[in-house]
Amino acid sequence: MKQELLQAQALHKRYGTREAVRGLSLTVGAGEVLGLLGPNGAGKSSTIAMLAGLSRPDGGSVTVGGAALSQDEFAYKRRIGLVPQELALFEDLPALANIELFGALYELPAAQLKARALAVLAQVGLAERAQDKPSSFSGGMKRRLNIACALVHEPDVLLLDEPTAGVDPQSRNAIFEQLEALKRAGKALIYTTHYMEEVERLADRVIIMDHGQQVAHGSLAELYRLLPAAETLKLELDREMDGALEATLRALPGVQQLQARGSQLQVGLSELGAGSAAVLGALAAAGFKLRHISSGRANLEDVFLALTGRQLRD
Amino acid sequence: MNAFLALVRKDLYLHFSNRRAVLMSIIAPILIAAFFGSLFGSKSGGSKASPVPIAISDQDHSPLTAKISAALQADPSLAVQSLDADAALAQVKAGKLRAAIVLPAGFGEQAGRALFAGPEGKRPEITLHYDPSQAMVLPMVRGLLAQHVMQLVSADTFSGQGAPVMKDMRAQVADNTALPAEQRQELTAMFDSIARVQERSARAPQAGASSAASASAAEPGRSQGFTMSPPFSTRELEASAKADIPYNSYAHSFAGMGVQFILMMGVDIGVALLLMRRQGLWQRLRAAPLSKARLLGSRIASCTLISLIIFVLIYAVAMAAFGVRVQGSWLGFAAVLLAFSLLTASFGLLIAALGKSPEATRGLAILATLLMVMLGGAWVPSFVFPEWLQTASLFIPTRWAVDGLDAMTWRGLPFSEALAPVGVMLGFALAFGALAIARFSWEE
Repeated sequence: MKQELLQAQALHKRYGTREAVRGLSLTVGAGEVLGLLGPNGAGKSSTIAMLAGLSRPDGGSVTVGGAALSQDEFAYKRRIGLVPQELALFEDLPALANIELFGALYELPAAQLKARALAVLAQVGLAERAQDKPSSFSGGMKRRLNIACALVHEPDVLLLDEPTAGVDPQSRNAIFEQLEALKRAGKALIYTTHYMEEVERLADRVIIMDHGQQVAHGSLAELYRLLPAAETLKLELDREMDGALEATLRALPGVQQLQARGSQLQVGLSELGAGSAAVLGALAAAGFKLRHISSGRANLEDVFLALTGRQLRD
Repeated sequence: MNAFLALVRKDLYLHFSNRRAVLMSIIAPILIAAFFGSLFGSKSGGSKASPVPIAISDQDHSPLTAKISAALQADPSLAVQSLDADAALAQVKAGKLRAAIVLPAGFGEQAGRALFAGPEGKRPEITLHYDPSQAMVLPMVRGLLAQHVMQLVSADTFSGQGAPVMKDMRAQVADNTALPAEQRQELTAMFDSIARVQERSARAPQAGASSAASASAAEPGRSQGFTMSPPFSTRELEASAKADIPYNSYAHSFAGMGVQFILMMGVDIGVALLLMRRQGLWQRLRAAPLSKARLLGSRIASCTLISLIIFVLIYAVAMAAFGVRVQGSWLGFAAVLLAFSLLTASFGLLIAALGKSPEATRGLAILATLLMVMLGGAWVPSFVFPEWLQTASLFIPTRWAVDGLDAMTWRGLPFSEALAPVGVMLGFALAFGALAIARFSWEE
């Protein structure tokens, strides 16, 4: 069992009459990535703000390595690194100076600061741009520098609030590789996003949030098991199906779920091969022609839909 | 301390590496101060005030009014044109002349009698048309008119030309049974003495001809013989710091423009804090193990330092290129600069605390700054304000800043005179700072 570095118990946060976070508990251990997944307004950023000590919880507690935020704020904050959702960089300060500044805020000794800053820049692949200003960087480079500024003081826990927003796929991949490297180095990462692909790639465990609450929690495999079907077959027929055929299809072995909407058909199967053959055979026997067919593995979007009845993305 | 210094150093670097910020906070005030300083230069300093353009309309055409016209035209403070009344008024209305004097018909005959008419007596009325946008000119023109008219009317009345007037006045007194007999006798004796002087003056021009002629040549419009004149002469001395050092108008203009542009820089720094919130930078700073006091304190410190540096640079140019000097106390001068710099810093923090979006806040803050600067006497000296406004401006911190700098530079006052401005500005700084801290929203 991984050593738990950060523990949050029953966090509550209210803004006026709106409850942004309701009783959320989470833990993350060394070398582990915990994904916080949810649509916009789910409470992810509010959770990160509380974990980073930016906003005071209205209820609950949070500790890092035994240091409680409410009792030893500075010791707590020294062990946390925050990568904000915005590009929190001084655009007119050279990249190295940005990192040195943030390192100085954590009282890193001046003698070590420059070396540490250069090392972190190299870690995110920006060593050659040390003296350049972020205003001349691409979006992906700025995101990497954004991460570097949070690493300079060697935190145990890294809080990343949608760190790839607005980034091209290539840069996003580079960021993922860096985060995976940090994970291998023993850092604990809490990663918020509303892109399930990111969580599916990086996270060891996921908390799915909606309306400030946890709706599901576990590893990816555990979350997929919440679904009635592990595989999905999507079909577009040449005409709408009648109720009799629908009943026939539901009774086929391996068919765990069926949704028909006009000529669109979505079938949840326990196993793709045999199941899809049975479905296609039944449709052919009934004289239906296929316009389009696709298949897919269950994803977190499906989990969220199954749990909340809503799409993960607006 | 490391974190505090790092934050201050960062602010200094970002400000002074920003070309636009340097241009606006240093170059612009120097240029504008130089312009205003040249406009309001001292007379004894070599730049002369332009004569006031006025018109005179002589509707009497008497020898007396001709002399009055000539005397006014010879006055170096005035640039006089002779026009008819309607043309003169039109010029004043058009803003081409500051005032027009209309000497009415009968003035020559009535003025002499009016000397003895008493406060309730009838006197001829001179119309003074003046440009209302230049109301300051009116007292000056009125004063010069009174001076020349008094001199010439008295000269005329008490010389041979005034004999008929004296004769009439004597007759009036003699016939005035309301006066006590003794008083009537004394007054008639006075008029008889004056008549004898007048006869003597009329009879003996040759005796003092050369001196009188040369005197009248030097003072056009003056008649020969007895004349009344103001019972004093004046010696005009600038009440500047030292008798041998003339007033330097650049000292005031650099004070005013320095105050204005540094305050605007404070607005920029306050708005920059709002931008930092929007960009997530403030979040990142707050996520660090820093107390609120350190975070805000570093902001105050850096803004104070930036203000001080800018002020020093502005005054360095003022001293090197425009002859501005600290004629008073250097310690007082430094104290005023420091107090104003602290005031600017806390003002910037207050803007950040009260502001919502950077865009809306900037507009309102600039308006507030312009009002403070205007009422503080940075553009127009506060003495031209109406009295109620002069009193109200004492509640504006910029008034104290400009007054304090004036006191320590061209007025040459001692350190004790810096204490009040410094105290007031520090009080405002504390008030702004306290309000800022109370209203500062730490959570997003």
